Amino acid sequence: MDKKKGLTLSGKHNLIGWLFLLPASLMIFWMCFYPIVRGFILSLYSGKTPATMIFVGFRNYARIFNDANFLLTIRNTFIYLIVQVPVMLLLAIILASMLNSKDLKLKGIFRTAIFLPCAVSLVAYSIIFRSLFATDGLINHILISAGIFTENYNWLNNGLTAKIVIIVALLWRWTGYNMIFFLSALQNIDYSIYEAARIDGAGAFSQFTRITAPLLKPMILLTAIMSTNGTLQLFDESFNLTRGGPGKETMTMSHYIYETAFQKSPNLPYASTISYVILIMVAVIAVLQIKVGDKR
Amino acid sequence: MKRKAVSGLRYVFLTIVSLFSVFPLYWMLIAATNKNADIIRGALLPGLNLVENYKTMLASQRIWPAMRTSFLIALGTTLIALLVCSIAGYGFEIYHSRNKDRLMTVLLMAMMVPFAATMIPLFQMFSSMRMINNIFAVILPTVSTPFLIMMFRQSARSFPHDIIEAARIDGLAEIGIFFRMFFPTMRSTYAAAMTIVFMNAWNNYLWPKIILQTDVLTMPMAVSNMIQGYLTDYGAIMTAVLICTLPTVIVFFVLQRSFAEGITGSVKQ
Repeated sequence: MDKKKGLTLSGKHNLIGWLFLLPASLMIFWMCFYPIVRGFILSLYSGKTPATMIFVGFRNYARIFNDANFLLTIRNTFIYLIVQVPVMLLLAIILASMLNSKDLKLKGIFRTAIFLPCAVSLVAYSIIFRSLFATDGLINHILISAGIFTENYNWLNNGLTAKIVIIVALLWRWTGYNMIFFLSALQNIDYSIYEAARIDGAGAFSQFTRITAPLLKPMILLTAIMSTNGTLQLFDESFNLTRGGPGKETMTMSHYIYETAFQKSPNLPYASTISYVILIMVAVIAVLQIKVGDKR
Repeated sequence: MKRKAVSGLRYVFLTIVSLFSVFPLYWMLIAATNKNADIIRGALLPGLNLVENYKTMLASQRIWPAMRTSFLIALGTTLIALLVCSIAGYGFEIYHSRNKDRLMTVLLMAMMVPFAATMIPLFQMFSSMRMINNIFAVILPTVSTPFLIMMFRQSARSFPHDIIEAARIDGLAEIGIFFRMFFPTMRSTYAAAMTIVFMNAWNNYLWPKIILQTDVLTMPMAVSNMIQGYLTDYGAIMTAVLICTLPTVIVFFVLQRSFAEGITGSVKQ
């Protein structure tokens, strides 16, 4: 009797639990999973308006690999990924381990200063960097005053220097953000390990490579996945800092999708195809990173 | 001796990085308060031209309606997201079952989905619902995130079950336990979640740009419009950038600790 009553009570609780998580789950299915399915169906069609769309199967996917602009924007995005993410994560780890040491003074000021760029919107910092690196901007002014340059240099008019400006801007915006993750992981490491290592004669460098780096591994994996995901979605910087130019030399994949879908002559099915290729790339990279992370 | 040198080097390095981090924002203040001619000449000290710059900015963009829209979106998103995600996180943890875990695994996959992969179908969905230029279309896709659900699930893990049992004996309904017991105790988690959601909603650019096509502008859109035209007055542009940045920087300084806890909170064990 008692037992039966307990079962119905837990059954009731189970049901209430489902009701509690229903709104959030429905929203994710409606606003994320359903669009993915819809996007895939759309990518199998061709035509500019819903009325004129015809089914073309995988023809859009065949077209994509001959699309020089798409390949260029993929290349650009991967250059940002391969150059910026490792530098940023290394810098973030070094900064976090410096800020974590007990004898450091002014810790709060350093942490606040380095973390501050996180509070700035992506559009705002893109415009700040655009202005700093403008032809008549402050960077040129300083370089000329210092005698390094003799005349104003158009940073954003050269594919390489424009990419460098974007990478510098990205480092500025995101290093502090990642540093906070490492700092919180370091604070969970027992400080006595370092004291023991010091007694055993380990210097700062070997403490870093032997203790800090291995213990941070899960956090490195997490931040690497997050940064990769973020880099593959870059839009605001490309759109506002360089406008993708010169030509499409700095344009990111998301920017290209936006341009294909909503600017000039909008082509939603083809843009949807590009989105799908990005989705697959993100999934493959995430799986690879998790695999690599597990092995080590 | 060597140790001292290494320690000194540490301060040099941290100082350089800190200056690098603060300088672009310092320059934003300089540019917002100086005349365009002085900015181009490389001004590095605050000027007295803020009011003029502000007038030039107003002539170029309707900043205050954009400010209002951004606040409505950010507050609406924060309110709905906190309610929906916290009750879900609580539900997953307190009424734990194997099938709910399976659902969570499925939901977590949404974290991996880049927005670029959903924005076009979302645009079609909202345009067929006649919700273009509607701020609810901006809010809806961002309110429920696996990240927030996980964050509240983690905090529900530390919520003592004794309290729940005691409340049940006192005859409090399950929903009442959530609102009257969990909600007040988890104030710090809510503060952290609030900062994250507010900042993300405030700074969101791509989706509002797609869905609010012409009639309504958000702050980042208005600021971005300033560099799309022919205006090359850095003073006016930086005044707009400054106004767009102020709300999030204020939130940052007021809630710095909970912001840091928030972004790392959901991954801490």
